[in-house]
Amino acid sequence: MADFLLRALLGGIGVALVAGPLGAFVVWRRMAYFGDTLAHSALLGISLGILFDVNLNLAVVVCCVLLSVLLVALQKKHLIASDTLLGIMAHSSLSLGLVAISFLPDLRIDLMSYLFGDLLAVSRDDLYWIYGGGALVGALLLKLWNPLLAITVNEELAQVEGVPVTLTRLALMLLVGIVIAVAMKVVGVLLITSLLIIPAATARRLANSPERMAALASLIGCIAVCLGLLASYQWNTPAGPSVVVAAAFLFSLSQILRLPHR
Amino acid sequence: MSAPLVTLQGVNLRLGGRPVIQDVSLELNPGRITTLIGPNGSGKSTLIRLLLGLLQPDSGKVQRQPSLRIGYMPQKLHVDATLPLTVRRFMQLPRRMDKTALREALAMVNADHLMESPLQSLSGGETQRVLLARALLRRPQLLVLDEPVQGVDINGQIELYRLIGEIRARYGCAVFMVSHDLHLVMASTDTVICLNHHICCSGHPEQVSHDPAFVELFGLEGARSLALYSHQHNHDHDAHGNVISDRPQAPAGCRHG
Repeated sequence: MADFLLRALLGGIGVALVAGPLGAFVVWRRMAYFGDTLAHSALLGISLGILFDVNLNLAVVVCCVLLSVLLVALQKKHLIASDTLLGIMAHSSLSLGLVAISFLPDLRIDLMSYLFGDLLAVSRDDLYWIYGGGALVGALLLKLWNPLLAITVNEELAQVEGVPVTLTRLALMLLVGIVIAVAMKVVGVLLITSLLIIPAATARRLANSPERMAALASLIGCIAVCLGLLASYQWNTPAGPSVVVAAAFLFSLSQILRLPHR
Repeated sequence: MSAPLVTLQGVNLRLGGRPVIQDVSLELNPGRITTLIGPNGSGKSTLIRLLLGLLQPDSGKVQRQPSLRIGYMPQKLHVDATLPLTVRRFMQLPRRMDKTALREALAMVNADHLMESPLQSLSGGETQRVLLARALLRRPQLLVLDEPVQGVDINGQIELYRLIGEIRARYGCAVFMVSHDLHLVMASTDTVICLNHHICCSGHPEQVSHDPAFVELFGLEGARSLALYSHQHNHDHDAHGNVISDRPQAPAGCRHG
């Protein structure tokens, strides 16, 4: 197998593994739009990262976390409906990122690869980031699994029972931020949310416990990555979108097939 | 008598610029059942949230005994349909619990057959009972119940109140609950607090129901309908839900199953 293909496969699988369980939380807590907003703001992180010459992955994580804190603070003020606020933030931060990039002198940035991902160009360094970030997310998820589940079921109940709710919620946002930074290379900012929610939604009908749903989501994500890459190789289609199409195909399959209802 | 579990002193809270709680002082003592009643929007749920520490007062003091174990049963539980969660797993959040204790708590509320059911498949009454069992599992010194009988039919309500009395008798815990129906809870409560942003009156249930402040708050009709519901339940049911009538006809306004 060609080297670049192997790296693409490893990178895609690394992202799918952590996107599974985190995507499950995004689905359970109805955070899809929130994830989308964070992903859009990642482009702003890229341009700021280039501008200040810091590591781009780090810049994206910091940008995502700052934005999620700002979002929570604004939501608490009840200035405007939540989805309107998210829409404003998503598109203005994406546009701000695009405008900022245009100001950068003498730099030819491959905008398309940030917007839609460039899985076939995953480098060795990228793999380190994906697996390093993935390991961090995995470890935090394992440690925070029960508190996260408790605040997903009922935040007040969790607080009375001694779960540090605000801190746990913040941790979840941090995790989503890291996964976005890591997954950007694979599917790009515009398609990241799909990698979070489609495998998790597909796993729902096959699972009877939260843990099983999370694990299945990882597995389904990995299958989607393999199928997408295969299609991309076979028919010369763009890799990132092919992975998303494969995931959507698996989702449709899970809905059409007559599965024992759980 | 031992020290109170929770003490509120001159507590005030404004929400959205409106005073919701005004100068409320109360004490919850070990082993006592206290019922909070009041019209909609009178601040009952807010008072509960202050008591639990979910909200902080603008002024005044809320003191809980250090390391007080509270079992809380929220007004309703909404769990997204996408979350596959059985009753067993739900009971074990956020910590693992002993298996026998788990079974015992569910058996106490007659819900042990629901152990493996998905949470979202439960009826209103079943959900309330599971929530109660979950609160019990923590061996609480204080059980806080926010409208425990919401969405439960009349027989279920009577059953639930009976259960709460039984739980107090067995575990010796104090109970603080919100109710809409003074007369239904009368038999199983020690103290009634009538709230309309401030405490209008409080004391023994018999006493409160004749208190002029109580009658003024609910109106004479209201005070009465609190007792007996909008339909007159002056008959009994047999095991099949049919009306057992010692009168020639069942009341027209009341049709069951």
